[in-house]
Amino acid sequence: MASQHHSLPDRDISEALGERIRRADAEGTPLRIVGGDTKAFHGRPVAGEPLSTREHCGITRYDPVELIVSVRAGTPLAELEACLDEQGQRLPFEPPHFGDTATVGGMVATGLSGPRRPWAGSVRDFVLGIRLIDRHGASLRFGGEVMKNVAGYDLSRLMVGAQGSLGLLAEVSLKVLPKPAAQHSLRLEMPLAEARRRLVEWGQKPLPITAATWFDGALHIRLEGGPGSVEATGQRLGGDTLDDAFWSALREQRLDVFTRQGDPRPLWRLSLPQQAGAPELEDVDETAMLHDWAGAQRWLHSAAPDEAVHDEAVRLGGHATRWTTSTGSPFTPLSPVLAKYHRRLKAELDPNGIFNPGRLYAEL
Amino acid sequence: MNLLFDERLDGELPRRDKAEVLAELQTALPGMTLLHREEDLRPFECDGLAAYRVLPMLVALPSDLDQVVTLMRRCHELGVPVVTRGAGTGLSGGALPLERGVLLVMSRFQRILSIDPEARIARVQPGVRNLAISEAAAPHGLYYAPDPSSQIACSIGGNVAENAGGVHCLKYGLTVHNVLALEIVTLEGERMRLGGEALDAPGFDLLALFNGSEGMLGVVTEVTVKLLPKPETAKVLMASFDDVGKAGQAVGDIIAAGIVPGGLEMMDNLAIRAAEDFIHAGYPVEAEAILLCELDGVEADVDDDVDTVRGVLESAGATDIRLARDEAERARFWSGRKNAFPAVGRISPDYYCMDGTIPRRALPEVLGTIAALSTEYDLRVANVFHAGDGNMHPLILFDANREGELERAEALGGRILEACVAAGGSITGEHGVGREKINQMCVQFPTGELTTFHAVKAAFDPVGLLNPGKNIPTLARCAEFGAMHVHHGELPHPELPRF
Repeated sequence: MASQHHSLPDRDISEALGERIRRADAEGTPLRIVGGDTKAFHGRPVAGEPLSTREHCGITRYDPVELIVSVRAGTPLAELEACLDEQGQRLPFEPPHFGDTATVGGMVATGLSGPRRPWAGSVRDFVLGIRLIDRHGASLRFGGEVMKNVAGYDLSRLMVGAQGSLGLLAEVSLKVLPKPAAQHSLRLEMPLAEARRRLVEWGQKPLPITAATWFDGALHIRLEGGPGSVEATGQRLGGDTLDDAFWSALREQRLDVFTRQGDPRPLWRLSLPQQAGAPELEDVDETAMLHDWAGAQRWLHSAAPDEAVHDEAVRLGGHATRWTTSTGSPFTPLSPVLAKYHRRLKAELDPNGIFNPGRLYAEL
Repeated sequence: MNLLFDERLDGELPRRDKAEVLAELQTALPGMTLLHREEDLRPFECDGLAAYRVLPMLVALPSDLDQVVTLMRRCHELGVPVVTRGAGTGLSGGALPLERGVLLVMSRFQRILSIDPEARIARVQPGVRNLAISEAAAPHGLYYAPDPSSQIACSIGGNVAENAGGVHCLKYGLTVHNVLALEIVTLEGERMRLGGEALDAPGFDLLALFNGSEGMLGVVTEVTVKLLPKPETAKVLMASFDDVGKAGQAVGDIIAAGIVPGGLEMMDNLAIRAAEDFIHAGYPVEAEAILLCELDGVEADVDDDVDTVRGVLESAGATDIRLARDEAERARFWSGRKNAFPAVGRISPDYYCMDGTIPRRALPEVLGTIAALSTEYDLRVANVFHAGDGNMHPLILFDANREGELERAEALGGRILEACVAAGGSITGEHGVGREKINQMCVQFPTGELTTFHAVKAAFDPVGLLNPGKNIPTLARCAEFGAMHVHHGELPHPELPRF
């Protein structure tokens, strides 16, 4: 059904993409896979011939009753979201766009999720199936358009966040969910320590919280659910009403705390256990950071050497990503044993190193 | 085609002298229990797929991590295959032993290492039972969401290996959605940590890859799971229908109304009668189908949803709708469903449980196909579904003591799985491929996909010693299966040589 509801371009260029890949593999020519080119900063620069997925676009199947949408990689993310919205549904993981041209392929390849992630799940949690073009140019199908499928290895979820370094993501099937009946956002002024205490307490209760962010001296909370629970919880938590537009500004990093005009220090993302203590970095004041995901995702500016930030994140039980571009890998180095199996997996699936070589780490 | 390991089709297995391997391992691991006498091996000859039995060469029962590491290292050096087993409740023969392999039994890893109610995390050893995690978390108002029917017996390590589901998957996800971190021992005896207590990890998502990998890539030695706050309330509606198709339609209507039920289950008449006879759950034995719809969350929302669903069920033509009056009745409604398999076991000497998934829209059509196949093969089929997520569990009733019935049941089961694939679904939703569905993998996946699976396997196990013969068929097996099984007039894998 649903495909009639919109007039998105519907173009299948998988054969042309396959042919180009097959040739590149035969010649050993590295490819730089590009969708909307909005997330190039999220990884190392790739030296390779650009291969655009933009022309491979369109929704191949959307049946709202199945709660599943299948969509080609080059489809603009905004168009997919608009199409779901017409049916009262959405991508629950609230992916950031970082630009008007963001594509579905880039969303899956980078695996980035928005403020709702700790409660709803991440991109990978909603990926049900993929079509992958392998180095021979063949279009392979893993997973599918069903909620449960444990036949074979989970190649679909393996590709989420792999940044195109194991093959070209041509199409993806995603689980979608109905939008909740009610939404209400709050701003509660309180110091960080109290916010952390509250979040631990609330986390153990079945409250309809779907976002929790502390910065600038206040805890920002979003409630979503039925009208009864949202209203009752809103009254119970108190605070001032917050414009819902706050969450898209947060997701798209338009808040001052991200842009910080005039601060030359690089921006870092720390992914930590929610309860982790403060990072001990000389130029970082914990109360100047933005604590998203109820504390599990923290944003800070620091001029400390990359290695020091990575080490500190690891010490706290997580990892760091350098958000401001540099020449090195923005990602925390892998342990030797993990690195070994990453290399082996890369060597098995992309022995000639044509798919976004070096994008994640120099040796991959 | 017999399902036992066949070197001609599944690849050659190393031949090692049992006495030598025993002596080597006893020397390397003097403190570890190592069973080798036939009478000691006998209890391990099968898992939940009891129609297939093989005595392993040896059974290793390590009790600490160092023993697992040493065992893997030695087996790797000796070139001895290793099949890992948890509680042995798996239904697809994923832990079926090899007569030339060591069976690594993780049942002694039974400790709950920590429950952190503030972080809502449990760290457990792989032999801990699924239900034991929720029991340990209960004093904190928390629970572990995935609840396979075997949850009183199955272990979390096995749940990870199979990516186990349950009746609450549509809303709360499968095992893969609820596991935060794994400790793995590789074939080469290295320790490797996947994921962590943060919500993501750098590099490839190997955590997702290992969930459901059926012991083919490494041995799970520790599992960190997330715990959820118990919903404030849960209510169950039971709706009766005089037609299975109408019940199937109602499932889609509930979802279309914007409701995501905590559980949405369907049973047909044969399953209803078997369950009622066994559990006395209060099921309507005259109904052609019942739907159980659980709505959970905050009281006010659940009450709204109950009203909405009631309206949907009425419009869909339900002949009777009952709301469980209290917690005891709710538990009774579920008990009938959760005991559907043993209940069917009481009305038939044997039954064979299938696990196909389909898009929900195909439900009426596939049910029709199953009914026709049931007549064609002259075997009764009871239908139990996780209807909310299109996961069907047709139970084929047969008597193994009657000449040819097991073979007929297996052939019927194979046809049902093929109908699922034809409808755009999968041969397995939560039980895994194991040995049971190894041939049907050839129906679901073409050569390119199978080759990619083998490549992934080779990254972790280039010599093929971890659970050989399970999960992914060799191309040789698919060629042979295809030759016997011409589908729609077309040979699958026509490019392969035939043996």
